[in-house]
Amino acid sequence: MVKDLTKSFGTFQAVKGVTFSVEEGEVFGLIGPNGAGKTTTMRMLSTLLQVTSGTATIFGKDLVTETDEIRKIISYLPEEAGAYKNLTGRRYLEFIARFFCNGEDVEKMVDYGISLSNLADRIDDKVETYSKGMTRRLLVSRALMFKPRLAILDELTSGLDVISAQHVRRTVRDTTKDGTTIIVSSHNMLEVELICDRLALIADGRVVEMGSPAELKDKYDADNIEEVFVKAVSP
Amino acid sequence: MRPLSNIFSKEVRELLTPATVLPIVVLAILFGSLGGIMGDVGGEASKPPIIGIIQQDDSELANYTAMILDSESDVVYKSTDIANIDEGLKAVSSAGGTALLVIPQGFGDDIQSNRSGTIRVYWIMKGTGMLDTISSASLDGLLGVTDKMLSMYILENEDMRASVNVTTALNPTIKNETTTFKGQTLEGISPSSISATLSSQNMVVPLIVLMVIIMSGSTVIASMGLEKENKTLETLLTMPVKRSHIVIGKLGGAAVVGLLMAFIYMLGMSSYLNSLQGSAGLNLSDYGIGLETLDFVLVGLSLFLAVVAGLGLCLVIGVFARDYKSAQSLTMPITFLAMIPMFVLMMKDFATLPGAVQAGLFAIPFTHPMMAMNNLMFGDYTLVVAGIVYEAIFASAMMAVAVILFKKDILVTGRKKKREGKEVRTWPRRR
Repeated sequence: MVKDLTKSFGTFQAVKGVTFSVEEGEVFGLIGPNGAGKTTTMRMLSTLLQVTSGTATIFGKDLVTETDEIRKIISYLPEEAGAYKNLTGRRYLEFIARFFCNGEDVEKMVDYGISLSNLADRIDDKVETYSKGMTRRLLVSRALMFKPRLAILDELTSGLDVISAQHVRRTVRDTTKDGTTIIVSSHNMLEVELICDRLALIADGRVVEMGSPAELKDKYDADNIEEVFVKAVSP
Repeated sequence: MRPLSNIFSKEVRELLTPATVLPIVVLAILFGSLGGIMGDVGGEASKPPIIGIIQQDDSELANYTAMILDSESDVVYKSTDIANIDEGLKAVSSAGGTALLVIPQGFGDDIQSNRSGTIRVYWIMKGTGMLDTISSASLDGLLGVTDKMLSMYILENEDMRASVNVTTALNPTIKNETTTFKGQTLEGISPSSISATLSSQNMVVPLIVLMVIIMSGSTVIASMGLEKENKTLETLLTMPVKRSHIVIGKLGGAAVVGLLMAFIYMLGMSSYLNSLQGSAGLNLSDYGIGLETLDFVLVGLSLFLAVVAGLGLCLVIGVFARDYKSAQSLTMPITFLAMIPMFVLMMKDFATLPGAVQAGLFAIPFTHPMMAMNNLMFGDYTLVVAGIVYEAIFASAMMAVAVILFKKDILVTGRKKKREGKEVRTWPRRR
């Protein structure tokens, strides 16, 4: 539950009072153009940035006062995330897994991560030899392998080719079957229509519209979400 | 020419940043200060040495010796009573003098009996730095000149020439040296020998400090730059781990790697240092100067805290690194900070430095392990313990600042710059 969340950098207000709620097990999309405030909102929800005002609770835990507890149940995948280049894909997943479990559980989690990444034998190659798509698949599997209660995924398929993007979207969608809740951002409005149960349209730091893709298209008499967005932000 | 000037101005703007200019300014100031110190030393070397003379012997040769010393130096104390040694030392010391010379009873008779006449030199050592012994070297030279002039005096005097053999005539005097330093009296040794031996024996600690700071410090700063450049920092910060653990983990890893590198480096250096100790030819423990178990513990503690303090400072600086390239330029100030006390203490003892320089050096945490061994050898625990307390406070403060910065937005968003009322971020800002 997010209520009146704001974020200011000095005199510049990046997020101007965002309010929305996400149901457990759903894929919730934050969509909007570059600079709309999506990433800043996600960074606040993932405890990276301090909240200027407003409140947010994640599975009953307060975002401002229970950050350590929240980090145990969330996973954040930044848009331009990278992995340690001198590690192999497997070692990178092991490094991350050790933050969440010990002993044999690490091995199990890593095996699950490898299956999500679909990197097969390349998992034992160094990350520096990976293509952009392979790195992104590794990072998505890193974000989902420990089955977080909430996964916050920024620009999920940014820069990926069609095949890789499809694989990543399928992986994310499948994860919700295990009960993981997903918040995903994108400025690719056609993509979010494919994977999101509900959407919030953000423009200039504010939520301008919210609902399921079908509801929004129906409300604005539009063929797709891109058209919905244009109509929603038009004066 | 427009594209050329465009590229030229872009390169200049990129390279001419505070991070690149500041270290050069610091280096220029450092060399300027060293130049000033060297200039002072030159002036001091040309001045006549300040001494005291107790002349017990009233022979012709003793009077001639005293006359030479009197004319070539600034004599602040004169006496004929050997019981006045303590009084004489006090007078010379309070005048900032170098030594009290005693021409004992029988000086002239010894020479005329073909035994070299003894001049007892009671050195007042001011410090262990190379430049601290300039005045004693100057007096040492004067004693050599006195020996030669006395030799000529004997050879030109027919009566003496007949009674004194050539060997004694050519070397009429010998020195019997006693050095007083920090309340300790060391017999048969001069300040120059002590200084040379200490500087060679105690070079290990400053070198370890310098190597660890250069190697681990740059590793810590570079790791922050790499985390940002490789976009791994945000992921790390959302892991279920306390910020303080991230800070301690980064510092601990860098410290272990740095100490390991320093150990390997010192293995090679040890043979070089052993050869230096051999050439110095002095074993200071024979004179009661050495370290005991507690002293080694204090040196180790001081070294450990200096490394932690230095790495904490590096981590704080590393927060401001935009990427690997900028991180590399940020390591330079830390390197200079470690080099300054090393060079200054090599030249001058902490105790003989001006108050402002002392304060500046004390504020640098790397200073304390560098001078700990010298101070402990002469039983000066106050400065060492004060240094350790300061280092502990500095290290704690740096770690606290690092933890605070790791909780702030600045780590993710980068530094803010105000320009013409607009807010500009130097690290990529994304919303």
